[in-house]
Amino acid sequence: MRKLALILFLGLFSGGAWSAGGSADLMDAQVDVSNEASLQRGANLFANNCMGCHSAKYVRWNALPEALGIPMAMVEESLIYGAYTQGDTINAAMRPEDAADWFGAPPPDLSLTARSRGADWVYTYLNSFYQDPDASIGWNNTLLANSSMPHVLWRLQGVPEARYEESHGELQVAGIRLPEGQQGIMTEDEYHQATRDITNFMAFMAEPVRAKRQEIGVWVIGFLVIFTVLAWFMKREYWRDIH
Amino acid sequence: MSDATTKAQGGVLGWIDARFPLTKMWNEHIGEYYAPKNFNIWYYFGSLALFVLVNQLLTGIWLTMNYNPSAAGAFDSIEYIMRDVEYGWLIRYMHSTGASAFFVVVYLHMFRALLYGSYQKPRELIWVFGMIIYLLLMAEAFMGYLLPWGQMSYWGAQVIISLFGAIPGIGEELALWIRGDYNISGVTLNRFFALHVVALPLALVGLVVFHILALHEVGSNNPDGVDIKKNKDQSGKPKDGIPFHPYYTVKDTFGLGVFLIFFSAVVFFAPEMGGLFLEAPNFEPADPLQTPAHIAPVWYFTAFYSILRAIPDKFGGVLAMGSAIFLLFLLPWIDRGRVRSIRYRGLGHKINLALFAVAFVCLSYLGLRAPSEVYFGLTVTTWAQIWTVVYFGFFAFLFTYTAFGFERTKPVPERVTD
Repeated sequence: MRKLALILFLGLFSGGAWSAGGSADLMDAQVDVSNEASLQRGANLFANNCMGCHSAKYVRWNALPEALGIPMAMVEESLIYGAYTQGDTINAAMRPEDAADWFGAPPPDLSLTARSRGADWVYTYLNSFYQDPDASIGWNNTLLANSSMPHVLWRLQGVPEARYEESHGELQVAGIRLPEGQQGIMTEDEYHQATRDITNFMAFMAEPVRAKRQEIGVWVIGFLVIFTVLAWFMKREYWRDIH
Repeated sequence: MSDATTKAQGGVLGWIDARFPLTKMWNEHIGEYYAPKNFNIWYYFGSLALFVLVNQLLTGIWLTMNYNPSAAGAFDSIEYIMRDVEYGWLIRYMHSTGASAFFVVVYLHMFRALLYGSYQKPRELIWVFGMIIYLLLMAEAFMGYLLPWGQMSYWGAQVIISLFGAIPGIGEELALWIRGDYNISGVTLNRFFALHVVALPLALVGLVVFHILALHEVGSNNPDGVDIKKNKDQSGKPKDGIPFHPYYTVKDTFGLGVFLIFFSAVVFFAPEMGGLFLEAPNFEPADPLQTPAHIAPVWYFTAFYSILRAIPDKFGGVLAMGSAIFLLFLLPWIDRGRVRSIRYRGLGHKINLALFAVAFVCLSYLGLRAPSEVYFGLTVTTWAQIWTVVYFGFFAFLFTYTAFGFERTKPVPERVTD
């Protein structure tokens, strides 16, 4: 009976693996929000490449110094464009009306994307752009077909093209490839690292407390283990006379 | 607390006891409440459910301090709690994890009752109160899930409330009455908030009191299903009973420690529990114009959701789902057997109960998946139909072999065995 209870208990608490659901073939972003160097590079890339169009309206600038391990002065100097007032959040440079005009839909707010879509999705998305002469903006994405986002990181990665495969008698986009001579300023590994850094920063933005809660959690569980062991000895002592 | 067992005469306690039955109540429910000495691991979940209830009440009160119950402000205020309120994230995760933990411990607590026949005479009312608590808990969880005003909050509520619309005649009017609008809207959010934070918690606490009063009136069952009150010593205490305090208070303290280790592991390291406790689409604000690709209720409802989907006809599905819950209410009268504990019941009953548990787990799993997915050559829908038959079969078989005397039970001992 004891064993059965344990199995039931563990079964109910180990649902992690099978419920992510739906999206197959995502690349592994290997998110590590305690990696300050990665978060710093990610913040820099995000400020230079994403913030023109995308906001992150729930993220306050003053939440960055602690997580990134840099002083606020550096955040103000190197990440914030324009004036900063205490408590400001990350806003897009573009006005939403203009954005809707230019892209058909306003670019989504990115505060929570790493949670709603998942970090692996974000990482895969950033690695799935290809040049598509048929698309109105000249770019397409294998993960999110006909997404109206251009490949803003093309200077880094280069200009990938679609790789076709025949399936059911038709040519289908099966992936991307980077032709000779169309490379960007980064190697493939460097680009993977750069997109991983952006993803990492977005994972931080989606849940700023993530690194801290894990840190606290170790202490909480450590305390509870000691408490439970003591409680067990206390129980044994009290129950000595019960037969 | 041995001094409390003899009637205190003087001091502050004496002063209070002359005006309020403090010592009397303490003795009746804790100090001199004799519980069987052979409780096993299954008996932790009652006190744990009580603990989680307190956790939900306290964290809920603190969440209410910063939550904004309006369609325009709800989602933002949750993010405000997560980011700007000091330790708001911890309070919120304790509440969201607590909701799932509540169902974990309640399901195990209910299964304990099935294992040892704790619903049988004279404990029918304890079981019925417990079932009402379970029903209220489902309503409480459902309404609470709308409050973050995310995509899954919105569309989950839309789907569940539309089920009422399937009732012939009054259905549409009823759904409209529940929503207070033609769609889920701020009106729905406001009334769900009122019910979630005031009405249902009040009713829950009241019923928990009834549940415990009824239990202490007839006494606890035990893994042997033996009536310990039949064997008393000269002083009138059950020979197999021990005072709840200190024996079970220290034992439950240990159980609480183990539970809190699991609970904290989720709160601090996997608050989303891989999408089971907090679903990914709920990190997007509710959008009435955009339906999510896959709408699934939270895991604790999915067994019944599976039964609903297993029936091709919508109203038929609603009926099947309703009766899946309603039959549990009738369990004390469906089971005509006199032997309580699984230890002394027939092999057929053991198999029947095991299949029922497997059916519940399988249905819960299937309810999380898309109906068209295939496992071992059969679709999720077909599997759900098979397990739905097993689920209802439990009650049919149980009644048949107990009412007509087909069950070969073993002799029940006079005293508890361990």
